[in-house]
Amino acid sequence: MTERREDDRVAAPLLQIEGVTKAYPGVVANDGVDLSVRPGEIHALLGENGAGKSTLVKMIFGLVAPDSGTMRIDGARHAPASPQAARAAGIGMVFQHFSLFEALDVAENVALGMSDPPPRRALARRIAEVSRAYGLPLDPGRIVGDLSAGERQRIEIVRALLGRPRLLIMDEPTSVLTPREVEILFATLRQLRAEGVAILYISHKLEEIRALCDRATILRGGRVVATSTPALDSAARLAELMVGHRLEAPARAGTAQEAVALELDRLSLPPAHAFGTALHDISLTLHRGEVLGIGGVAGNGQDELLAALSGERLAPRGSVTLDGADVSRRGPAARRRLGLSVAPEERLGHAAAPDMSLTENALVTAAAGQRLTRWGFVDWRATRAFAARVIERFDVRTRGPGTAAGALSGGNLQKYVIGREIAQAPRVLAVNQPTWGVDAAAAARIRQSLLDLAAEGAGVIVISQDLDELMELSDRFAALNGGRLSPFRPAPGLSMEEIGLMLGGADEREAARAS
Amino acid sequence: MIRLVRRPQPSRAWAWATPLLAVALTVLAGGLMFALLGKDPVAAIRTIFLDPLFNPQYAAYARPQLLVKAGPLILIAVGLALGFRAGVWNIGAEGQYILGALCGAGAGLALYPMEAWFLFPLMVVAGALGGWAWAMIPAILKTRFNTNEILVSLLLVYVAENLLASMAVGLLRNPEGGGFPGSRNLSQWDAAANRELVAGTGLHWGVVAALIAVIMAYVLLHRHITGVHLRLAGSAPRAARFAGVDPNRLVILCLGLSGALAGLAGIFEVTGPAGQISIDFNTGYGFTAIIVAFLGRLHPVGILLAGLLMALTYIGGELASFTLGIPVAAIQAFQGMLLFFLLGVDILTHYRPVAGRDPGRVAGT
Repeated sequence: MTERREDDRVAAPLLQIEGVTKAYPGVVANDGVDLSVRPGEIHALLGENGAGKSTLVKMIFGLVAPDSGTMRIDGARHAPASPQAARAAGIGMVFQHFSLFEALDVAENVALGMSDPPPRRALARRIAEVSRAYGLPLDPGRIVGDLSAGERQRIEIVRALLGRPRLLIMDEPTSVLTPREVEILFATLRQLRAEGVAILYISHKLEEIRALCDRATILRGGRVVATSTPALDSAARLAELMVGHRLEAPARAGTAQEAVALELDRLSLPPAHAFGTALHDISLTLHRGEVLGIGGVAGNGQDELLAALSGERLAPRGSVTLDGADVSRRGPAARRRLGLSVAPEERLGHAAAPDMSLTENALVTAAAGQRLTRWGFVDWRATRAFAARVIERFDVRTRGPGTAAGALSGGNLQKYVIGREIAQAPRVLAVNQPTWGVDAAAAARIRQSLLDLAAEGAGVIVISQDLDELMELSDRFAALNGGRLSPFRPAPGLSMEEIGLMLGGADEREAARAS
Repeated sequence: MIRLVRRPQPSRAWAWATPLLAVALTVLAGGLMFALLGKDPVAAIRTIFLDPLFNPQYAAYARPQLLVKAGPLILIAVGLALGFRAGVWNIGAEGQYILGALCGAGAGLALYPMEAWFLFPLMVVAGALGGWAWAMIPAILKTRFNTNEILVSLLLVYVAENLLASMAVGLLRNPEGGGFPGSRNLSQWDAAANRELVAGTGLHWGVVAALIAVIMAYVLLHRHITGVHLRLAGSAPRAARFAGVDPNRLVILCLGLSGALAGLAGIFEVTGPAGQISIDFNTGYGFTAIIVAFLGRLHPVGILLAGLLMALTYIGGELASFTLGIPVAAIQAFQGMLLFFLLGVDILTHYRPVAGRDPGRVAGT
């Protein structure tokens, strides 16, 4: 009886999950997971990649059915056969990757996600109401292609809120947002909490979770390893629970030399496609042994800058200089031979072909530099050996070089893709989002290997949305916004406020141009 | 209930086993169909698959036909498969085949009645160039103006057919033919004839070329960096550009190679089995080769086997309708079944059948 009274005091759970298990061939994604989320709480689901967070929320949202175990909503059995059924049970979800059509406007995109959309005018009014009520400024008539990542996320949130959910699931919502946008989002989430909505918040950003969440459930290897009150635990403690051992911060060498490795001189490029970003007057000087960090929200010219570096897009003569030689008009293979390597953000389909083996994928960037071909004939033994070396050195978890790239987890493929470049000892390496979707231990390893490469005298450019990562790695930092690069400033000692200003200054310019 | 679960990567064992399974299923389903038609299913199947090769009465005629029919199919299909692997869709091999025959025959007939050792090689080169040039039209239009190579190459087939008709009654018409359409008979002109190399086998230079093409294509695809780039461009175009592959050069290469091989098939046909340029010279090898390429899983060795199998069912089917009185439509349905099962069971290479109710995904993604 005493237990019963205690339950009443803290409110009965809205979502109660007991002993849920889900196995895929070769891996148990969830193993006897218990979770309870109460109304009016923000509950963090914390864990590395592959810990089972996604599988768990997919089961709650009706995308996957559990092998065993029970789920209850308000005490009633919850076994949704589809996302529609989950929505009917009062569950809304905002995915990490948006499913929006860039050529359509906001209201059209919202209508596409509904099974029975109201007439356009009524819908536009409701969108405006909801977005006003929750401090999510959104114009129903704007074309999605013109919106920033933060604005696009608002569409997804508004879409979820229109269904009046009692439980809102947010999957890594801040990974694409600027610090200012994060604040707006948090205010919205706190307001929802005050209205009694339960929020299941998936993230691996520990400081955020400590600031926002009431409780946290920590998953590791498909099991619940701990529950915690994040405000009372340190970030280091949470990280330890998540990873299972202590994490070492990478060692910074500070090895920048005088010699210039790469220079960009007023590089401007028109956008490659309708929703691309133009690059405006980008200048930078990268020294040997130096790590340059370039921050900013995706879609502000990161992909374009990387394509201009890799040689996938040729630049005006004289704008890209490698070791004193003008390489602006050289293609990717020629630049690679001269020691300029690039690892793009998109692992599948850009850095690697999903259907081809890791051995074959080694040839994508290493064919010429590593002498893997003779008269154009592939030396498969040498290629296999090179792939095996990368797999071994960067701890890529896979059955072997013969495995298809698409069969690897995102983190493991990322280790392979970055390792493939580092193993060739380039003179300059540019990486975009090197640890996107990679678990903490693997991310630490990738960062350390980037620093090691710089310590050996290579110049490294890291483009990332993860400001903590940039501060950890870079010697100098600049922000990329609307295709313009801010001046570089020494990274050590730079405060989050100063960074926010660097990112935000460009934001205002954008806004001025858009209006 | 049986459902399909995607394999983490394609199964090699099944890639080899599925064709055998498909033939077995075709024999079962086809046998049933023949039985329902009131024909002896065992005799029908035997007539289609075995009699062309082993029946003492028919084999003498049918056995050489196997290579005669399979040769051009394989030669064309190998070239097409290179392009299909790279995402370059040449649907107009039939036109390139015609142009190969026209250019090769034209080059030879211009020198009639010369008897020189180099005449036949010259015609072969001219034929390959003719097919290549015809394929360069869609290639250049695609790289310059971004037109769709599927449409352009296909429509050029009809242009080529009209060109063929005009040549057969005009420029290339046999002046000693009494005004009938059609060129001089090349197979009866010693220096230009593509003879049977071993009597009674149907083996001619086109078959030799097809075998060489199979080997070269295998080496190119699996041993050479160009082949890796081809496959890369087909499976992940962005990764190919990242690797430094120029997509335009790839289009030119793939269309050029497949056009030249189709042209070769044309010149070997017109100097051998067909013998002359005539209005109805082309018999659809260029289109059938598309099916052969996919039946062979776009793999050179697979295409070799698929070409032989295709030829066998054509010859055997003819034989069955002739000796057993099976309607031609039933024979075509039988050939259709073979294609259906071959392509259908391919799903087992990528998916694993599992019995029982789906405990995993229910809906949505």
